[in-house]
Amino acid sequence: MKPPTELDAPPAPDADALAADPSVENPVAGIDQAVGDFTYDVKYEFDAGSGLNENVIRYISGVKKEADWILDFRLKAYQTFLDKPMPTHWATKDLENINFDKIRYYLAQGQKPKRTWDEVPDDIKKTFERLGIPEQERKFLAGVEAQFDSEAAYSNVKDIVAKQGVIFLNSTEALREHPEIFRKWFGKVIPTGDNKFSALNSAVFSGGSFIYVPPGVKVAMPLQAYFRINAENFGQFERTLIIADEGAEVTYMEGCTAPKFSTSTLHSAVVELVALKGAKIQYITVQNWAPNVFNLVTKRGLAMEDAEIKWIDCNIGSRLTMKYPGVVLKGKRARGEVVSIALANDGQHQDTGAKMIHAADDTSSLIVSKSISVGQGRATYRGVVHIPKHLKGCKNNTECDALLINTNSRTDTYPAIVVRGDTHAVQHEASVSKVSEDMIFYMQQRGLTEAQAMSLAVNGFVNDLVRQFPMEYSVELKRLIDLEMEGSVG
Amino acid sequence: MSSTLEIRALHVALASSPDKSIVKGLDLTIRTGEVHAIMGPNGTGKSTLSKAIAGHPDYVITSGDVLLDGKSILEMEPDERARAGLFLAFQYPSEIPGVSIANFLRAAVQARMAEGEELDATAYYKRLYAKMDMLKIDRKFTSRSVNEGFSGGEKKRCEILQMAMLEPTFALMDETDSGLDIDALKIVAEGVNTLKSGSLGVLLITHYQRLLNHIVPDYVHVMYDGRIVKSGDKTLALELEAKGYDWVKTDLAAATA
Repeated sequence: MKPPTELDAPPAPDADALAADPSVENPVAGIDQAVGDFTYDVKYEFDAGSGLNENVIRYISGVKKEADWILDFRLKAYQTFLDKPMPTHWATKDLENINFDKIRYYLAQGQKPKRTWDEVPDDIKKTFERLGIPEQERKFLAGVEAQFDSEAAYSNVKDIVAKQGVIFLNSTEALREHPEIFRKWFGKVIPTGDNKFSALNSAVFSGGSFIYVPPGVKVAMPLQAYFRINAENFGQFERTLIIADEGAEVTYMEGCTAPKFSTSTLHSAVVELVALKGAKIQYITVQNWAPNVFNLVTKRGLAMEDAEIKWIDCNIGSRLTMKYPGVVLKGKRARGEVVSIALANDGQHQDTGAKMIHAADDTSSLIVSKSISVGQGRATYRGVVHIPKHLKGCKNNTECDALLINTNSRTDTYPAIVVRGDTHAVQHEASVSKVSEDMIFYMQQRGLTEAQAMSLAVNGFVNDLVRQFPMEYSVELKRLIDLEMEGSVG
Repeated sequence: MSSTLEIRALHVALASSPDKSIVKGLDLTIRTGEVHAIMGPNGTGKSTLSKAIAGHPDYVITSGDVLLDGKSILEMEPDERARAGLFLAFQYPSEIPGVSIANFLRAAVQARMAEGEELDATAYYKRLYAKMDMLKIDRKFTSRSVNEGFSGGEKKRCEILQMAMLEPTFALMDETDSGLDIDALKIVAEGVNTLKSGSLGVLLITHYQRLLNHIVPDYVHVMYDGRIVKSGDKTLALELEAKGYDWVKTDLAAATA
């Protein structure tokens, strides 16, 4: 196993040819994805067709009535996408099963998100009602954006938050209405050429949330986006940029689902966070993709002096997830944190981790990762911690724990920690455990079925992390884990 | 209503070596309201007996039967046996990291309820706290992970707490006294005595007589080499304590000679 050579590429261990036996066609387990597994027939007003070429990009940019610089940005990114090889020299060969010619890159019913649910077309409104979004919004959210395939169908921020000067828009609106705020950081935290999929996203991005929180404003309730894939053979490429100005604080949550199609679907987002001096951003993801979704997401934050960025990331579902949220600790005393939970069930590969790039004195970072592999599921942790020689007083603590449920479950850990200099403190702990037969018997002896016992053991394993999620999400998470564990035994 | 747990000519072996019996033809009938103590030296199959009755996957029952109110339980899963009224107080209770006692017991209580029936959380906590008070367990315990980092005595008290909450018909108590100091022993014994005054049948497995000073058995059985070789009332325990297990062995040798 070799450590990665370049920092901006995903951490690269050995060329791993073990994964993705092409003779096995995505052996989808009989898990209950029922919550998200439904579609309504939707008529699309805007459709870029299948496959990708310059015309598709011009079409997307055209219907969005974008400024020239954005079209240029897209076309350059498309070239980068074509030039970049698939990262299969370190990542799974399953990536080769993505057929870029079959994907539909842009599908939208309208261009402007509605500000009230009443205005949202019925079929789309029904979808989000079934997912409980309007209800959550009423209960505990400061603002919601609901994206349906390529565009937001609904976007609204509560008055009280808007009055504080908080901007919460989709990427198209934000770049058009507030270029002075967003252009400065757009594509700066994650450059187009960071990896093949960040380039693809830069070429065809649509939707996502652009948020600006003015200096000193602390948004009390979370802002939420919900990403819904409805169409078959579709690629969703949302783009999110959150800027917390000096001393500002914001929590953002995203949820994702898609129905179970027989063909594969691609979700490839780029999420950039900028926390200016003393600002705090907390970014929470609970994804529950259907088991045929390729989920290839690039997420990174830039933390300035005394700023704090925390990623809380929960990956359930999908066929393959590759995601390594990172923080570049650019200012003194900046703090970065990644807390992640991954559950890989039969036919799924959760390849997740974290990157902490220390670039100033006295910066500190924390990575806590827990993964669960069920059946033939595979969980991989990849991490990069980088502390260069010229810095002083940096700290990192990494902890990754894996839980294997069945004897054929698999977990791999590839931590790459590069620390130079002699004033830093770095700690790494890793563990692999199994749910013991005795523990299951003990619980069964108290009257729980084997499946209930397994669920409880798994929930216990992630319990300390789940508690960091907002209440509504932790309840949801527990329920999702219960569903995933059904049928995992016997 | 009284119930019966009947063990008939039971033979038990390890699942990994089914040819080698550990329990070799054991007969015993326990009725609710009765306390049976099984005593005997190490390695005679006492713990094996209790685990096999509860359905531990490491053991196989090669012949014989276990009947609960006349119905064989051998085809039942361990959790079905538990819900049917069988409780095993473990000699070495498992730790369940991240699962609090309150949540664990709640799941176990819920598992006994009919489908669609909702647990009344207020009533549940009220009952839990009452049982904890009875066993002199600090209420802070409810939020601790099951058995994780518990002392030997805490683990045993936690077993009795679970028993008190789940109200079994028959309790198999596997060396519940081991690892307890005298104060803890008294508390545990008081707990068991309170429970058995209801309709509980107890099979008490122990090495030592001292537990039997506090939980007075109706019957004492001596187990040796996989069988019950001697039965009597509580005086048998005292006799054993005075004479030691060698007495049983010589007795046995004399009887078979």
